[in-house]
Amino acid sequence: MANDIIIQTEQLTKRFGDFIAVDHISFDVHKGEIFGFLGANGAGKTTAMRMLCGLSLPTSGKATIAGFDIYKKTEAIKRSIGYMSQKFSLYEDLTVKENIRFYAGIYGMSNKYIKDKTALLLQQLHLEDEADKLVGSLPLGWKQKLAFSVAIFHEPQIVFLDEPTGGVDPVTRREFWNLIYEASAKGITVFVTTHYMDEAEYCNRVSIMVDGRIDALDTPVALKENFSAASMDEVFLQLARKATRNDS
Amino acid sequence: MKQFFSFIKKEFYHIWRDRRTMFILLGMPLAQIIIFGFALTNEVKNESIAILDQSKDAASSQIINKISASRYFNVTALLHNPDEIARTFQTNTARIVLVLPSTFGEDLRHVNKAQVQLVTDASDPNIATTLINYATAIITDYQQSLNSTAVIPYQINVQSRMLYNPQLKGAYSFVPGVMAMVLMLICTMMTAITIVREKETGTMEVMLVSPVQPMKIVMAKAIPYLLLTVVNITNILLLSVFVLDVPINGSLILLTGESILFTITCLSFGLLISSVTDSQQTAMMISMMGLFLPTVMLSGFMFPIENMPLALRIVSNVVPSRWYYEIVVAVMIKGLGISSILKQTLVLSGMTVLLLSLAIKNFKIRLE
Repeated sequence: MANDIIIQTEQLTKRFGDFIAVDHISFDVHKGEIFGFLGANGAGKTTAMRMLCGLSLPTSGKATIAGFDIYKKTEAIKRSIGYMSQKFSLYEDLTVKENIRFYAGIYGMSNKYIKDKTALLLQQLHLEDEADKLVGSLPLGWKQKLAFSVAIFHEPQIVFLDEPTGGVDPVTRREFWNLIYEASAKGITVFVTTHYMDEAEYCNRVSIMVDGRIDALDTPVALKENFSAASMDEVFLQLARKATRNDS
Repeated sequence: MKQFFSFIKKEFYHIWRDRRTMFILLGMPLAQIIIFGFALTNEVKNESIAILDQSKDAASSQIINKISASRYFNVTALLHNPDEIARTFQTNTARIVLVLPSTFGEDLRHVNKAQVQLVTDASDPNIATTLINYATAIITDYQQSLNSTAVIPYQINVQSRMLYNPQLKGAYSFVPGVMAMVLMLICTMMTAITIVREKETGTMEVMLVSPVQPMKIVMAKAIPYLLLTVVNITNILLLSVFVLDVPINGSLILLTGESILFTITCLSFGLLISSVTDSQQTAMMISMMGLFLPTVMLSGFMFPIENMPLALRIVSNVVPSRWYYEIVVAVMIKGLGISSILKQTLVLSGMTVLLLSLAIKNFKIRLE
């Protein structure tokens, strides 16, 4: 089992002055897994995720991403991951095609490869007719799906999704998760933070952060059993009530 | 390199698709040059003058003819009694009134000494002073033409020459000023805004997670604005030479070189602003307050620095556009060479190095 570990953290910590945003967290994520990273607002999810992506430097602790040390091999890590931020991160004043081209270009992919793959992607997303439309004119759900597809366009080993389905209707959320499953089936590890507990049920394993610590980590089924709860919602509420930090 | 070009291409799309902003960026310099060149001028040209001639003789009509023949004044009203003077100003018929008293011709002939009176509307003191000077010059001229035929006492004639700008055209100082303003505005404000916009929309985050070097992102942002600036400088220079008749007396290459140096100063400033702000609005406010206003007020283009209180004179030293303005005046208007603007060039270079290193130091590769 140890071989297929793709994310490994050990006592990973981030302090901002006196405030410990992430408090000695240790966990492993396996290759191809859909790993749900849950927590109330302010629990430290985004900070933890940012450390894993190389956007923020840990205060202490160890972590490896795709086998690369997060302190020393940031360049190698950047090449192996994809990232979709909480904010919508495509350019609204560029067309669908131009956005894909631009982001693919960042990863130094060849023109021919980009062209072929773009055609395929547009077909899969049923966006052929919108290819030359400005992204700003698309409905939010389509934008989110496009943003996800762009994040995994360069076929990373891991994709980090920071609350990807915020503000999206249930049907589109479902479709979005289908894309996640497809990516996972291709062997891409999906690391996702979310607020929606129904989405937590879709994950292979789920961790729940409370006050900067990971208080629970298991499969959704096992978690429900341990907390003798009917749904992930209840599990989450039981844990989140213990939080001493304010919502912020 | 290919990556770099795709970045630049993307920036051009951003500029191109935001037509309104692009129009402002390209149109504003032209509008400013035209407004400053033609409308906002303190030259006297065809100024209305009213005349109250109570003397009505040969001498007074000679003076009136001389005034109306000059290209500075148009005689728009002939008044008949002193009460009308105030009304002339109230109705804006004229801003200056020449009063020739009834004894004028007689005094001139018999006493060799006559008086005239100039009354001006001094609600705008600068214009009033200028008008008085012009009118006095014409009258003095007339006096001297009388003297040439008479035997007269000792006399000193002051001959003044206005070097570099013999016609005292306002455009000579506005063109360099507008150049400094436009460069500052486009380069600094737009660079700052466009980088901060990426922070706001979250695209910066995605790029920072990607393997692209952050400096490349920033450089790619600067290049389109550098090009835009070159277009603007060309437009301004063409306008000033062919429309405003302001010649480029010095070396065009030197002028271009100095302009590029100043552009880089401005870009660095924009970069620094973008690295310390997180919203487009803040970036804009800082650019406006921190750069635009000082450029207008403290660069010497509107108000002479020498006349400012000590504190402001000291502050003006850290305004980059002040130095650039001096350079443009020296090269473009006075036609001087590099040796005379060495100090200004060095100051600008120093500022650029300082700003750029501060900006790079502050540019956050990681988000906190």
